[in-house]
Amino acid sequence: MKTIKNIIYTLVAVLVLASCGNTSSKKKDSKSGALSGNAAEKVYVAPGEHDEYYAFVSGGFSGQLAVYGLPSARLFKVIPVFSVDAEKAYGFNEETKPMLNTSYGFVPWDDSHHPDISQTNGELDGRWVFINGNNTPRIARISLSTFETEEIIEVPNSAGNHSSSFVTENTEYVVAGTRFSVPIPQKDMPISEYKSNFKGALSFISVDQETGHMGIKFQLIMPGFDYDLSHPGRGKSHGWFFFTTYNTEEANSLLEVNASQNDKDYIAAVNWKKIEEYVNNGGGKKMPAKYAHNVYSDETHTATSTMMNEVLVVDPTEVPGAVYFLPTPKSPHGCDVDPSGEYIVGNGKLSADLTVHSFTRMQEAIEGKKFAGEAYGIPILNYEDVVAGVVKQPGLGPLHTEFDDKGNAYTTFFISSEVVKWKLGTWEVIDRKPTYYSVGHLMIPGGNSRKPTGKYLVAMNKITKDRYLPTGPELTQSAQLYDISGDKMELLSDFPTVGEPHYAAGCPADLIKDRSAKIFKLDENKHKYAATSESEAKVVREGNVVHIYMTMIRSHFAPDNIEGVQVGDKVYFHVTNLEQDFDVPHGISMIGANTSELLIMPGQTETFVWEPKQEGVWPFYCTDFCSALHQEMQGYVRVSAKGSSVPISYTLDGDPTDAE
Amino acid sequence: MAIFAIYSCSSDSSSNSENVEVERVESTPAEETTAEVDPMQDKGIGPISSVELGEIDETMAAEGKETFKTLCSACHKIEKRFVGPALLGVTERRTPEWIMNMIMNPEEMVEKNKLAKDLLAEYLSPMANQNVSEEDARKILEYFRSEDNKQ
Ligand SMILES: [Cu+2]
Repeated sequence: MKTIKNIIYTLVAVLVLASCGNTSSKKKDSKSGALSGNAAEKVYVAPGEHDEYYAFVSGGFSGQLAVYGLPSARLFKVIPVFSVDAEKAYGFNEETKPMLNTSYGFVPWDDSHHPDISQTNGELDGRWVFINGNNTPRIARISLSTFETEEIIEVPNSAGNHSSSFVTENTEYVVAGTRFSVPIPQKDMPISEYKSNFKGALSFISVDQETGHMGIKFQLIMPGFDYDLSHPGRGKSHGWFFFTTYNTEEANSLLEVNASQNDKDYIAAVNWKKIEEYVNNGGGKKMPAKYAHNVYSDETHTATSTMMNEVLVVDPTEVPGAVYFLPTPKSPHGCDVDPSGEYIVGNGKLSADLTVHSFTRMQEAIEGKKFAGEAYGIPILNYEDVVAGVVKQPGLGPLHTEFDDKGNAYTTFFISSEVVKWKLGTWEVIDRKPTYYSVGHLMIPGGNSRKPTGKYLVAMNKITKDRYLPTGPELTQSAQLYDISGDKMELLSDFPTVGEPHYAAGCPADLIKDRSAKIFKLDENKHKYAATSESEAKVVREGNVVHIYMTMIRSHFAPDNIEGVQVGDKVYFHVTNLEQDFDVPHGISMIGANTSELLIMPGQTETFVWEPKQEGVWPFYCTDFCSALHQEMQGYVRVSAKGSSVPISYTLDGDPTDAE
Repeated sequence: MAIFAIYSCSSDSSSNSENVEVERVESTPAEETTAEVDPMQDKGIGPISSVELGEIDETMAAEGKETFKTLCSACHKIEKRFVGPALLGVTERRTPEWIMNMIMNPEEMVEKNKLAKDLLAEYLSPMANQNVSEEDARKILEYFRSEDNKQ
């Protein structure tokens, strides 16, 4: 008994020591000691301490992006991107509704898949994270200063926007490839005439380096295959982009059989620098295309949606030397480029082996004009001329590969539910660990850049079955954290996720945390209906529209007594939070309003609409527990009959708010 | 053992909470003495240790009034008790240093300064930190001086 107690004391002391130093050297010391097998210690982040990494985990069919800390796997925030979020009024308040506008109108949901952090010189720079919406093709840009979605651009001529949203080495482009080929332009035609009539668009979206603003530079109109995933070249292959394809059979029905006929599909290698030059010299054709471009401003705290009406398209056969096909066995899914830019890994999901192509060999074959043939005018290289090596029989159903800082690659296997570690260059399998269960993507912080880290790996699973307490037929989705710092991988923890953890991007916390915004400055607030002091608070009637310019501060609204509103009015509450201190948001909600609450950050203005349907005196209140007197933060609106003679008045403590 | 470990890591840490910890120890005697001294001797706790006052600068006062309107007027009126105290005559009740420290460092003031603690007990709403710069706090002080001078 005494011995056990001593061991516990020692454990406690070690934990305390490890947690107080932010310096990782202390942690390393404890790891090499007798406790090296202690997974709990490795994921423990003491109360008040910060995690070492941020992980941005997509929510899959939730349409959102979740922010976690690693190694603790604690959830910090869910950033609404493609789906409305009542908690944050995203898509409910007047300011953010335009963010979800599309050429089809307001689309309140999407399926978000692949986040990717912006880069400079091939290294993560922590400015923005991009993510794709699959269903109604869109790309979003999220600020890593405000942790809010700042921009969404719709992608025309595209469908099932899946080989997206990956960024080039200096964030010159964020790339969006179509999964489903479609008629371009869309038209009414028999589905059975798919073959050779449907096309696949690969969109290169330029990014302004100052503002981050996106614009579709060009769309490459490719043969009607399914473009599944993509990755940019880096280092020596910078200037190229690689896309996996399946359904090179161009089947339009029962794809599970009909798209698995060919022994090999292709990885499409696209020399985007060559096409960029072609386009800059006037190449390509403008075609009509309707798509929305939505931008949110931190100055006006308001989004605007602009409907675009044309896009520049490029026929690959008109730019010789720009596109080649690399034969790759059996419906390749993941398409991953190693940190040096030399190796392009194609994970043939129906293949027993992993195929790794060599960028150098590809270039030699192109120079030697050694082609096996062509498809729709695009040269096909010989498999034997471009392959660098094959990882033999590593598992069943390979999907995705990421890399560490020691020349190792890690591939997920969906069918055999495992992560397999193998060596670049020798192609030998070094280690394998089971996942629980049916792993899709995996993520190593920095794993999409020239400088991956080598400490943690997150595996994202499709199925959890018995891993957690059951919650009815719908079970939590889940990810798993592995320590990859040693020769053998070690499973550290399981953690539940919001929606499907489809893919993730991670980076050292230091890259972002000091630049995280704390407040919005009131004197920079350019919202059209802002009241930046109580003296500006007022109520204005324009016909049957009533604008309430309201302010909030601990712990009252101004005005908090409003009269003169009538049944049938359309009442806009424009509410400004006057606080200028970190972490003091306020909320507001109105009884019977057909919308969500607002959650307003210090210095910010937000608006909701209320259409009172009944005479009476109706209360509103603060929804975010803001202070000791939060319960006192409330007010009333008097609603009179239509045509009533009660004049508009607005007061606080008996005085009009705009009185001196 | 564990306590020793906690103590030893605070000594090489530079986080804010650790600094507060240190100051708390030092400020205890000062806190006791303020109970007996004239408020016009109490400079409060915060970044301001001395303010030199000259003739009232009406330009500064006008700028101070604008900042006051944006950041402070939701809780303070000049002539009327509101969420916080009426501010008329404040420059005759408090030292300029105390006023600026209260504006710039309200959390620590209401926690440790006797006069500020008494105000919190009376008004119940803690003064909000509006992240006012030293320059702006000085201008707000000038605005108060100008208002008091009019009387
Ligand atoms: Cu509140």
